[in-house]
Amino acid sequence: MFEFLLRMGDNTLVLGHRVSEWCGHSPVLEEDIALANIALDLIGQTRMWLGLAGEVEGQGRDADALAFRRDAWEFRNLLLVERPNRDFGHTLMRQFLFDLWHHERLSDLCLSEDDRVAGIAAKCVKEADYHLERSKDLIIRLGDGSAESHRKMQDALEALWPYVGEMFSDDALDIEMAEAGIAPLPSSQRPRFDKAVNETLALATISRPENDFAQLGGRSGTHTEDLGHMLATMQFLQRAYPDARW
Amino acid sequence: MVTDAQIWAWLAEVPDPEIPVLSLVELGVIRGVEVGKDVVVKVTPTYSGCPATSIINLDIETKLRENGVKNLRLETQISPPWTTDWITPEAHEKLRDYGIAPPKPGQPNCPRCGSTDTTLVSPFGSTPCKSHYKCVDCLEPFDAFKCL
Repeated sequence: MFEFLLRMGDNTLVLGHRVSEWCGHSPVLEEDIALANIALDLIGQTRMWLGLAGEVEGQGRDADALAFRRDAWEFRNLLLVERPNRDFGHTLMRQFLFDLWHHERLSDLCLSEDDRVAGIAAKCVKEADYHLERSKDLIIRLGDGSAESHRKMQDALEALWPYVGEMFSDDALDIEMAEAGIAPLPSSQRPRFDKAVNETLALATISRPENDFAQLGGRSGTHTEDLGHMLATMQFLQRAYPDARW
Repeated sequence: MVTDAQIWAWLAEVPDPEIPVLSLVELGVIRGVEVGKDVVVKVTPTYSGCPATSIINLDIETKLRENGVKNLRLETQISPPWTTDWITPEAHEKLRDYGIAPPKPGQPNCPRCGSTDTTLVSPFGSTPCKSHYKCVDCLEPFDAFKCL
């Protein structure tokens, strides 16, 4: 259960931090505000997932301790969310793929037999729905936009596609969670995801890569080098000045 | 001995930190008050990442302590989740007078001239709970409460 909650909370924490890196750097003011707001939502959701993880673990760690006092190999997020921002198109494509998965996942978790999980999911799903509406709209506008924006969105999809399969890969923990009625198998979401992703990509005139090869490892703690660099920034203060408060 | 009704009355005087024209009760974030050995106030967050959440808790505590409540406990209750349906009807009027279009499905009306011809500028606005619109008739830019 603790590991399952880390997987949920680490996804929103890592993506929330990545998105917040845009604050003050976005192409236009409205996008800057949108990205900062999405980052805030994701960090807020993290507080609930990691807060519950700390309670379930029972070792006295709260959401902050879990966010700031773990090293890269203890993180359980998907590799997709730790991919660097690169350009705006890349950031949006990552957000779209995540939002689509996240919205489906949370919708399923609203029916969890664990009331605490269902409660957090019900709180987050409406926000995820709002995020998805925005990212879907922008993918279509940029994909079906100028020659340059189209090329950037196609490049972004090709670069990120190998990280899609991990969202739907089942492991022993997933089977345990499914048997306990806490969360359905990730693979059960794939048909719905495929249908939705194909619809949006068609409208955006972007071609879906044919090779479904999946990079795996994030959910069991094997990460890309990029996560370590991100944590070095995110965790600096608590590592340099442990227990600092203000 | 302080009563539930008295606590509710005090809470109705605490303004929302970001939209001070509404009280916390009108915003619909107070889920319950229990008076026993301790006074327990159950509070629900609006948007998960809203930075005002901790200020809201601080303001509740300040208000009740000022009125002599000693054994106070604030509990967070996330279920059922807060939605804009929890905002009271009177609060909709107050929001409009304040220049913010109250939450409604579909296009918001311009809070200034009432026009229904409005256009979305950005799905995110000045705070997590608002999006940014413009009135096509009177050209007024305005914030609209996101319908959640």
